[in-house]
Amino acid sequence: MELLADPVLAGFIAASVRLSIPILLAALGGMFAEKSGVLNIGLEGMMLIGCFMGFITVHWSGNLWLGAGVAVLVGAIAGLGLAFYAVTLRSNQVVVGIAFNLLMLGVSAYFFRLAFGSGTAAPRITPFAPLDFGALGQIPILGPLLFQHDPLTYLSLGLVIAGWLVMQRSTIGLSIKAVGEHPEAAETLGLDPIAIRYAAVAVSGALAGLGGAFLSISATGVFLDNMTAGRGYIALAILILGRRHPFGVMVAALLFGAAEALQLRAQLLPVGVPLQFLIMLPYVLTIVVLAVSATRSGAPAALGQPYEKGGG
Amino acid sequence: MSESASEAAVGLARRWLLPRSVLSGVLCVVAAFAIGALLIAAIGRDPALAYLSLFEASLGSTNGLAETAIRTVPLAFCGIGIALAFRAGVFNVGAEGQLFIGGVAAAWVGLQLGGQPQWLVLPAMGVAAAVAGAAWSAVAGVLKLKFRADELITTIMLNYIAIYFVGYLLHGPLQDPGSPLARTARLAAEARLPMLLEGTRLHAGLLLVVIVAIVAQLFLWRSVAGFRLRAVGHNARAAENTGMNVKAALWTGFLVCGALAGLAGFSEVAGVQRRMIENLSPGFGYTAIIVALLGQTNPLGVLAAAVLFAALQIGSTTMESAAGVPSALTTVIQALVVLLLIGQNALPRLVRRRAVSGS
Repeated sequence: MELLADPVLAGFIAASVRLSIPILLAALGGMFAEKSGVLNIGLEGMMLIGCFMGFITVHWSGNLWLGAGVAVLVGAIAGLGLAFYAVTLRSNQVVVGIAFNLLMLGVSAYFFRLAFGSGTAAPRITPFAPLDFGALGQIPILGPLLFQHDPLTYLSLGLVIAGWLVMQRSTIGLSIKAVGEHPEAAETLGLDPIAIRYAAVAVSGALAGLGGAFLSISATGVFLDNMTAGRGYIALAILILGRRHPFGVMVAALLFGAAEALQLRAQLLPVGVPLQFLIMLPYVLTIVVLAVSATRSGAPAALGQPYEKGGG
Repeated sequence: MSESASEAAVGLARRWLLPRSVLSGVLCVVAAFAIGALLIAAIGRDPALAYLSLFEASLGSTNGLAETAIRTVPLAFCGIGIALAFRAGVFNVGAEGQLFIGGVAAAWVGLQLGGQPQWLVLPAMGVAAAVAGAAWSAVAGVLKLKFRADELITTIMLNYIAIYFVGYLLHGPLQDPGSPLARTARLAAEARLPMLLEGTRLHAGLLLVVIVAIVAQLFLWRSVAGFRLRAVGHNARAAENTGMNVKAALWTGFLVCGALAGLAGFSEVAGVQRRMIENLSPGFGYTAIIVALLGQTNPLGVLAAAVLFAALQIGSTTMESAAGVPSALTTVIQALVVLLLIGQNALPRLVRRRAVSGS
């Protein structure tokens, strides 16, 4: 039973949770968009702009919660922009998503350079600190899993539960799913597919923005160009692995957090595996997971298909 | 969905071949630059000075033009490959990784064959790069066709894996003996692309990519296989109903894209770096996605778009030092070009729809 109390294991579990949160939030956001029938390839860019705006807000105001709020707001606005293309203009959702990601990459790098110049000293903020649960944090396994985290982590877990309640237990969730499965039928029921899709993509942007902000204002306290490094795309894979269900997504995200934590820790140990192979781990895992689970994904019937009022 | 494949082809031709598409591309570029100018003015800098220094650096001298041409080569190789894949309905976002794999394969073959005649070494390197790039792309092809895994995500993951794998090779088995840097040994003279212009770094890769663009254009619009590719990409179900081999067209999309991206790696290794290095590409494979879209997925259009984006990239650092405008502005302009282009293509349909429902 010594293993259970091992500080290395405790650190690993805590890090797994910490590293899974950004992907979890983005994937949860992706779930809302996809359930409504819109493929949000722009999650990566929305994370990045949230990461940047969260950081810069905290840097100027010193208020962490204000930073989180701004990241949510900016992510939602980006979501509305993407919805304009995907829903109103009925553009190819993959192409639009890729273009949005590039735009956010450029915008965040442009304004970061403007705000801080190209000096060598990277600006820092003091990130969220873990809450102190006293003795609870020392419980083996459960302590590092549940009781050693900062408020943003608990907010994220709360959002998973809220997401589950909304999707599975409310009429709002029912409406979103109806629009994603069969927008024409949904409209005859008196729903507005266009408005629902706009709202769902805005929510997905808001959650992705918060996930991105977690990287800068909770996990690290710094901002770097292209800091999200593909996490938005990994979130899309997580969504498939988690069967587009809030709890499934949470478990899948935790798996990836663990893969990242494992490679970070293995780098410090003499395991004899080249460093690059360890860094590849989460990306390889994504591919394996997709190959295994894609065929039984249960995607909404109208996913990726633009809807035209009155039939088209 | 009663649309037949031939109708689909006519629709495609109407959509992509009319000069209007060229005009709309130019309009979007102009509009993107105008928005960029507002961004520059908003931070209190001079847009005219910024753009002048940008294009002065990339197009205003022989050396600037040569550097722009050098940049054009990998962007056009990858862009044409991506464009052909898009035409087949394959969203191959993996050119970046395919470029790295092609580059390392070219360097390895070049090092093995050092001392052999150039007419043998260079083609061998090119073939190795194309085959390696295609093989890497084929991984995503297998995942899509056998496991139905979305190529958009798998190709992006494969990019990261390729770059780290090449990093491993350059830190390990292929590392230049006696150098602490992550790179291969220098290629012998026979393994380098000939130079085209005295006093510049312009290499023969430019000729190669122009030939590839022309061949790709002919393939797409003048060959039966090209017709099939377009028909499948436009409407896979209709194409299948007319007896076309959808799988073959999808495979063409994966393999041609991988091979051309591999050639981009080859031209960078044999023409510019003269060895394989860890940072072979500053995101050519990603920028090329935008280049492919701006070129309306027409190979010759892609070539033209690649020249523009190469000029933007070459001039961006000068713009930063001369006008105080962060070089990332060019990334913003690139993204705006595409967003405007997509919006513009969608608008006529939107307006028509409004008019119909209003009557």
